[in-house]
Amino acid sequence: MSKRRPYVRSMDGWWRKNPFFVEYMIHEGTALFVAAYAGVLLAGLFRLSQGEAAWNAWLAALTNPWYIAFHLAALLALSYHTYTWFKIMPRTMPPVVVGGERLPGWVITAGGLAVAAAACLGLLALVWGMAR
Amino acid sequence: MKAPLKRSNAPIFWALFGAGGMLSALLGPMLVFITGLAVPLGLLLPADTMSYPKMLAFAQNFIGKGFIFAIIALFLWHAAHRIFHSLHDIGIHAGTGAKLLCYGSAMLGTLIAAYALLAIGF
Amino acid sequence: MSDMQKTIEIEVLRYHPEKDKEPHRQVFEVPFTDDMSVLQGVQYIKDYLDGSLSFRWSCRMAICGSCGMMINGIPNLSCQTFLRDYYPARVRVEALAHFPIERDLVINMEGFIEKLESIQPYIIPKEERTLAQGEYLQTPEQLNAYEQFSSCINCLLCYAACPQFGLNSSFIGPAATALLHRYNVDSRDGGKAERMELINSEEGVFNCTAVGYCSEVCPKHVDPANAVNQNKTNSAADYFLRFLAPKGGAK
Repeated sequence: MSKRRPYVRSMDGWWRKNPFFVEYMIHEGTALFVAAYAGVLLAGLFRLSQGEAAWNAWLAALTNPWYIAFHLAALLALSYHTYTWFKIMPRTMPPVVVGGERLPGWVITAGGLAVAAAACLGLLALVWGMAR
Repeated sequence: MKAPLKRSNAPIFWALFGAGGMLSALLGPMLVFITGLAVPLGLLLPADTMSYPKMLAFAQNFIGKGFIFAIIALFLWHAAHRIFHSLHDIGIHAGTGAKLLCYGSAMLGTLIAAYALLAIGF
Repeated sequence: MSDMQKTIEIEVLRYHPEKDKEPHRQVFEVPFTDDMSVLQGVQYIKDYLDGSLSFRWSCRMAICGSCGMMINGIPNLSCQTFLRDYYPARVRVEALAHFPIERDLVINMEGFIEKLESIQPYIIPKEERTLAQGEYLQTPEQLNAYEQFSSCINCLLCYAACPQFGLNSSFIGPAATALLHRYNVDSRDGGKAERMELINSEEGVFNCTAVGYCSEVCPKHVDPANAVNQNKTNSAADYFLRFLAPKGGAK
């Protein structure tokens, strides 16, 4: 009979054991804020469909300090999502070859962050232009 | 490894996750700032930026409708996919149950958004 | 000399399948010099302190891929990790994470060997050529497409770094996918369609959540995370477009 008895170790709490994994769980956790923010927008959209009074009540609710605090936290979480999304990008996208040389990872990350900054400013300018 | 391979249907959810992740990475922070901070606190933008007539007109416009729908639906699918995997990561392998809860919520949110946008009219 | 001799504590996770119900820690006091690797520390234990300690090693120069261990919780080749970098603190040494422990620092790698076999890690020629027709020619660009992925030494550090493999050992995992990709993107190879069935399957690339740690710990800069994630794109494209293309693509 075989004397072999391979021992399988537990995975419990694996993500607490390495700073790399802690960071991973934090950036995965930004999804909670993305979901909650989408929920707030969905509620607003639904109120909009119910007419002016309902919409104004939703707008007024947003000035509640709890909502302000939530949106401050969401702003941080989504900014962190943006940063980590483009940080991992060199690993997730196919290689970009320019002039026979593979584009280094930091260029892809920096490029992505620059595009995100431009998109955000563009959105702000658009909203500002439409609201005037 | 000799058992017959079953094709994964993950590409559907992965593609929605990726689209929502990209959209929220590009526009998420500014959207939160505009709707959650600037407008409620009266910062930077005109006071009536999100007034009823303006938002109604925006939601009745084809491009506006598409934008609102894409933001809400894709954000939800992105988050649902990540949360589903995070549940697995922390040891909750609820399988079908967790899948239904996560993707089901995203589907429900998508349907509510579609309903509201249709109710608002054109 | 004995007065000047520095010693370091090495804590080893021991497991003897015939005697132990579960692994336990044992601390050894090991004299060391600044040029000693963790592997040499472990070899000292076996040679002078406890001959029953089991571990794998061969080349001592980071090319055979045998001596991977968890060193202070981080997957590393023990031959290129140095005791001086931990001194005066204790070094913790453990068998590679996520694999079953066969004995002490020796893991059971049968699962990986099966995966390696399943990806058909050899060129399946696109066109048969006779000797008289000469060699298969390749441009530098064609070589660039796969060269990095061919540097894998099967050391399994990436599996020890991959929580998704730890949570689901049927996941094909980083190194096997990197090697699979290496052959798929080789201009001489024609076996892609067969290999994609594995990529597309429930054991395939969609188990990956882009943690990215596999690529961080890879001693050969293979970037297996990139191979896995490129194939998510490939697989998804095939998933959605297979109905458009009358031929080719997986079933």
